[in-house]
Amino acid sequence: MPSDASPATVPVLSVCGLSVDYATARGVVHALDDVSFELASGETLGIVGESGCGKSTLARAVVRLVDPSAGTIRLGEEDITHASRRQLRAARRDIQMVLQDPAASLDPRWTVGELLAEPLAIHRIGSRAERRGRVADLLRKVGLPPEAAGRRPHEFSGGQRQRIGIARALALEPKIVVLDEPVSALDVSVQAQILNLLTDLQRTLGVSFLFIGHDLSVVEYISDRVAVMYLGRIVELGDRDSLWRRPAHPYTRALLDAAPRIDGPAVPTGPGLSGDTPSPYDLPTGCRFHTRCPIATELCRHEAPATRELSPGHLVACHFPDTGAEPSSSARFGSGI
Amino acid sequence: MSDPIPADPVLAVDGLSIAFQTRRGLLPAVRDLSFSVGRGEMLAIVGESGCGKSLTALALLGLVPTPGRVTGGAVRLEGRNLLALDEAALRHVRGARISMIFQEPMTALNPVLTVGEQIMEAILEHEPVSRKAARERTLALLERVRIPDPARRFAEYPHRMSGGMRQRVMIAMALAGAPAVLVADEPTTALDVTIQAQILSLIDELRREQGTAVVFITHDLGVVSRYVDRVLVMYAGRKVEERDTRDLFADPFHPYTQGLIAAQPRGLIAAQPRGLAARSQADARLPGVARERLTEIPGTVPALAAMPPGCAFAPRCPLADDLCARTVPPPRPAGSGLVACHHAGESHAI
Repeated sequence: MPSDASPATVPVLSVCGLSVDYATARGVVHALDDVSFELASGETLGIVGESGCGKSTLARAVVRLVDPSAGTIRLGEEDITHASRRQLRAARRDIQMVLQDPAASLDPRWTVGELLAEPLAIHRIGSRAERRGRVADLLRKVGLPPEAAGRRPHEFSGGQRQRIGIARALALEPKIVVLDEPVSALDVSVQAQILNLLTDLQRTLGVSFLFIGHDLSVVEYISDRVAVMYLGRIVELGDRDSLWRRPAHPYTRALLDAAPRIDGPAVPTGPGLSGDTPSPYDLPTGCRFHTRCPIATELCRHEAPATRELSPGHLVACHFPDTGAEPSSSARFGSGI
Repeated sequence: MSDPIPADPVLAVDGLSIAFQTRRGLLPAVRDLSFSVGRGEMLAIVGESGCGKSLTALALLGLVPTPGRVTGGAVRLEGRNLLALDEAALRHVRGARISMIFQEPMTALNPVLTVGEQIMEAILEHEPVSRKAARERTLALLERVRIPDPARRFAEYPHRMSGGMRQRVMIAMALAGAPAVLVADEPTTALDVTIQAQILSLIDELRREQGTAVVFITHDLGVVSRYVDRVLVMYAGRKVEERDTRDLFADPFHPYTQGLIAAQPRGLIAAQPRGLAARSQADARLPGVARERLTEIPGTVPALAAMPPGCAFAPRCPLADDLCARTVPPPRPAGSGLVACHHAGESHAI
């Protein structure tokens, strides 16, 4: 994938041609198909899309909770695509995950102090006393009082539990945190607290975020770059402003139009999409979006579009991308992923 | 100043109070709530978890689950107080004059009946028509809610359908009796955004064409801004503000409403126009570029058992003083609506 970062910088995460298939009773699901992207140090890449687009599978695949069927995952220079359990344990110092429901990922019998010290103990970091100090430090970082260490997760509100989840993910000072819908279960006032916390942590720690979400205003707010997914593929990837100002893929455009926002137009600006997302068991031929696309042609029904670069860093997989006012910009594509 | 109360409301709620029966006595969850909705109007009730909005929705149909119960007030539907009716009389009204759709249709749909049979049943329960006529009406309803190939879908079971299709079936069922009021409790929260847009457009179209009044319960302010005429904001069981939608977003009066709107991640494009040229590609890779801090509302919502004696928002409010700590502010007219705050209008708090 082309990169606008200086050639000397190795991305903290490089995903290339990643595919994940699930074998189920109803057949094989191609949950993720040929997905490529890079994550730079200190940046937030947002991943958006609707149910079944593969965004959560992608989150699980990059931390190797599910096994890829093709492609590679690199942490820095290290290829972890087929890393053994032991190699993975070391790799997980660098890549951690935060889930939507903090309660589900925190053992209710443990105190918060024990939960935060556990990753340190597993990696044999520090003495007992040093770990206690580190726990206090983590609590302070996420805005919880030191007394929180002696209490159990259920004694906290949803927002506070998400702070605990974030503290645990940060315990090993990872380079990357994968956040899978981290604020989707929270009320808007609490959501604001967590989004501010994530922004502050990134600024002070320089950690990179892979932020999976379905709420477009949240993803827009938190992300430097955004990848839009549809039925297992990235259909568009670019820096946030280009994507929001000039979405090139008709699906991106439809998503942005469909999501009402308090500072947006009072009426939808586009016609909206008709129909449902096709079943992942029975994927459409050609471009997977053609069954709902307002501008699909015969070509789209038969041939899957290759990913091309519209402008530096702005990738789109569509035969007829909206290239905006300058028709010449479409002539610049070429390298693809 | 316009009157927020519709001249001839289809539904008028007056002083509604709902409480939970506990070992330590009654815990009030909704207090002294009044509002009304006119024919063809869409009113949203917004607020965060625990504010009492869903409980209010259930009370409109006499469906408050135990240990909750209505402790006071009236719910007048076309002039008749539903709270004074017995269960048998209520059942006649429910589905016929007022009906409800929920966030998760599967909780309301019967999994062992086809969708057609369920809608037919809803029709037959309220009207003395033949099965043949009910079947025809059902097919018309399925078509009305834009379900493709109604004859085939009629014979399908709910679990075979997508979330969006199920919600359409729920709406068809809710419309079977041509109700005057449709109560929609977070009807699109579980749906994808492109499907949400389809369902909201459908509800919007139905109320315009059939004059159905809609009470729309939601936490999503974006949805409110696009589809709703009037908004009622609830906090800790009480109405804190009620306004025309446009006015509410342009100039919220209550410090809580101001906080809610400011906490919303906004489109940066709209909030602060910046040229693309202002940021080089390299800048785009730096963390925290062009990201304004979101406004947080400090603290948390008080527990039902620990409600402050005065304004429930006072412990979190920058404008709060002694008066707020002692006395609950009554709703008073303000702009196009009502606000319940001792200090609203003095300055913008948040």
